[in-house]
Amino acid sequence: MTTVALKPATMAQALTRALRDAMAADPTVHVMGEDVGTLGGVFRVTDGLAKEFGEDRVTDTPLAEAGILGTAVGMAMYGLRPVVEMQFDAFAYPAFEQLISHVARMRNRTRGTMPLPITVRVPYGGGIGGVEHHSDSSEAYYMATPGLHVVTPATVADAYGLLRAAIASDDPVVFLEPKRLYWSKDSWNPEEPQTVEPIGRAVVRRTGRSATLITYGPSVPVCLEAAEAATAEGWDLEVVDLRSLVPFDDETVAASVRRTGRAVVVHESGGYGGPGGEIAARVTERCFHHLEAPVLRVAGFDIPYPPPMLERHHLPGVDRILDAVGRLQWEAES
Amino acid sequence: MTVMEQRGAYRPTPPPAWQPRMDPAPLLPDARPYRVLGTDAAAEADPALLRRLYAELVRGRRYNAQATALTKQGRLAVYPSSTGQEACEVAAALVLEERDWLFPSYRDTLAAVARGLDPVQALTLLRGDWHTGYDPHEHRVAPLCTPLATQLPHAVGLAHAARLKGDDVVALALVGDGGTSEGDFHEALNFAAVWQAPVVFLVQNNGFAISVPLEKQTAAPSLAHKAVGYGMPGRLVDGNDAVAVHQVLGEAVAHARAGGGPTLIEAVTYRIDAHTNADDATRYRGADEVETWRAHDPIALLEHELTERGLLDESGIQAARDAAETMAADLRERMNQDPSLDPMDLFAHVYAEPTPQLREQEALLRAELAAEQEGAHR
Repeated sequence: MTTVALKPATMAQALTRALRDAMAADPTVHVMGEDVGTLGGVFRVTDGLAKEFGEDRVTDTPLAEAGILGTAVGMAMYGLRPVVEMQFDAFAYPAFEQLISHVARMRNRTRGTMPLPITVRVPYGGGIGGVEHHSDSSEAYYMATPGLHVVTPATVADAYGLLRAAIASDDPVVFLEPKRLYWSKDSWNPEEPQTVEPIGRAVVRRTGRSATLITYGPSVPVCLEAAEAATAEGWDLEVVDLRSLVPFDDETVAASVRRTGRAVVVHESGGYGGPGGEIAARVTERCFHHLEAPVLRVAGFDIPYPPPMLERHHLPGVDRILDAVGRLQWEAES
Repeated sequence: MTVMEQRGAYRPTPPPAWQPRMDPAPLLPDARPYRVLGTDAAAEADPALLRRLYAELVRGRRYNAQATALTKQGRLAVYPSSTGQEACEVAAALVLEERDWLFPSYRDTLAAVARGLDPVQALTLLRGDWHTGYDPHEHRVAPLCTPLATQLPHAVGLAHAARLKGDDVVALALVGDGGTSEGDFHEALNFAAVWQAPVVFLVQNNGFAISVPLEKQTAAPSLAHKAVGYGMPGRLVDGNDAVAVHQVLGEAVAHARAGGGPTLIEAVTYRIDAHTNADDATRYRGADEVETWRAHDPIALLEHELTERGLLDESGIQAARDAAETMAADLRERMNQDPSLDPMDLFAHVYAEPTPQLREQEALLRAELAAEQEGAHR
C-alpha cells in the first residue's frame, strides 16, 4: 500500500497547478488576460507560468475584456485552447457581448463545425472586503446563456480537477472561482492531483437525514458549518455541493431531497431571478410527493452588491441558514 | 534647519525625457482616396486582373439584384444589398490566398461568394434555415457576423494564433462605417497593433449606418486617420475603383504577411440600395445624392477602362452578363426549392454532448413530432 503525502494547500495553488499541468500536457493551451504574465495575476493564480512557458503562451494583454475574449475566439478558431482570466466578476461585463453572441453559440451557429474550447476564469463573489465592482455573483447571467458550461469549485481538490476538466472540454466553460476560498486550505496531494468526474456531477459533502442544503462555491463551507451547528438543534443536515450549475445534476439533488424530504437552496447571488428559483422549481417538479415543506431559498438580498463594511449583513451566513432550516418544520396555513 | 534652508536644499529634477514612440507621418493616410481608374496609373494595371475583376463585378451586381428579388418573393427573410459596393466585396475576396481568412459582416455575402462559397449556402443565414450554411474552415470564411464589429477581434486572434504556429496566414476583416464606433473596433485595432498581428481591416464607408450619416458617426478627419492612434498605417481608397481597392488591399496583405503588422483601410463608397428591404432610404437621403454616386458606378468605371484599352467589346460585355445570368438562374431555381429541415437539429449542436436537460427537451420534441406524424396519417 502506497502512502499518499497529503499537505495543506490553498485553492489558488491548486488552480495554478491545474493551469501548469494543462499547459504541459497540451501545447495548444494558452493563458491570457490582464496582469497574468509578469505579475502572475492579482490573485497570483498564474504565478510562474510566464516564466515557465514564455510570453507567447502566457500573455499579458491590453486592458480590454471584450478584446481579451474576442481575440481568444479567433485563437480557438485556429486550433488553440485559450484560458482567459477576467480579473474580477464585474470586470467581465464588457466581454458579455463576445461571450453571449459568439463564445456561447459558435458551435450552434456553425452546426458543430466550429467549436470553441475556451475557458473563462472569473474570480467571483464577496466576503473579501472588496470595493464596488469586485464582489458580484454573476452566475445567473451565465446560467441563462445556452451553450456555456458553468462550474464552480468549493474545495482545493475540486479546484484542480474541475479546472483540468474545463480546459479539456471542447465547449466553452465559465469557470467561477470563489475569491474568498482562494486562501482556504485543505489536505491535498500535490504530487498526484486527481481529476474529477465529467463536468455536471454534484457531490454530497455531508450526509444527513433531516433536510438537504443545496449549495455551491463560496457557500459550501458556510453550509457545512451550519450543518454542524444544527446538530445542537437535533437537525441532521445533508449538504450537496453542485460543483456544476450547467449542466445541472438533477439526479444527485433529487435523490438527496427524496431521502430527506426537505430542502434549502443557499447562494450569495440575489434570490429574485437567481439560481435558487430554478433549483427550487426543479426540486419541486421531481420530488413533490416527497416534500414535507416548501423548498426554501437563502440568498443574498436583491440589491447591488453592498459596500464592504456592510457585506456581512448581505451574505448568507450560518444564522440565516439555520433560521430557514427551522422554517422547514412547516405547517400548512389554516 | 529653517524652512528656507530646507527649500534651498531641494533640487528639483527635470521629468524623464519624453519623445513620441514613433513618427506618425508614415502612418497618415493620403489626403484624397487613392484612385487608379481614370488616371495614368491605370495603363499599368494587369489586363488579366482587370478582366477578372470585371467579370466578378458584373456577377456580383447580378447576385445582389437576384437576392433582393428573392426577399420580395419571401424566399429570404432579409437581404442587406451591397449594390454599389461590389468593388470592395470582390477585391476583398480576390486579394486573399487560399490559406488566408475572411471575416465578413452581415452585408458581405458577396465577398464570401466571390471567395468561392456556394451562393445558396452563403444565403442560409438570410433565408433562415440555419445561422450559418457552410463550414467556415472549408473556404476560410468566418460566419457572417450580425453584431457590429465583433468579428474584428476574432480576426486578430486568428491571425495572431496563425503567426504563433508559424503559418504565414493573413486575416482580412470587413466592417462598415457605423461599426467603427463600436468598442470592439477599438479593442481589435489596439490588440492587432500591440501584437503586430497579420490582419487587415477594411472599412467600407458607404455613407450611412442605416440612416445615420458619417458626420453624425464620427468627428475624425477620415476613418483611415483612426489608424494613427493605434500605431498602424491608415490608407484611404476609392471604394468604387476595383483596381485601386485591389492594389491597396494587396499591399496591406503583403505587408502583414511579411511581418509588418496590421493596416486600416477606408474604402469610400456608397450604398445604392436601402439598408435592407425593411428600410426606407428616401427618409434620410435625396435622390440627387444617389444619382451622383450612380454616375461613379464601379462597373461603369472599370468597363470604361477596359473598352478604352481595347480589352473589352460588346461581345465581351455580353459574355459577362450571360455568365451572371446563368448564376442568377441557378440561384433562383435552387432558392425556390424549400429547404428540408430536421427539427431535431435544434439540439444537435448546443454542446459537444447534450446536457441531461437538453436530452429531456429533445425527447419532448421527438414525442411531439411523432404525435404530429400520427395525426397526419389518421
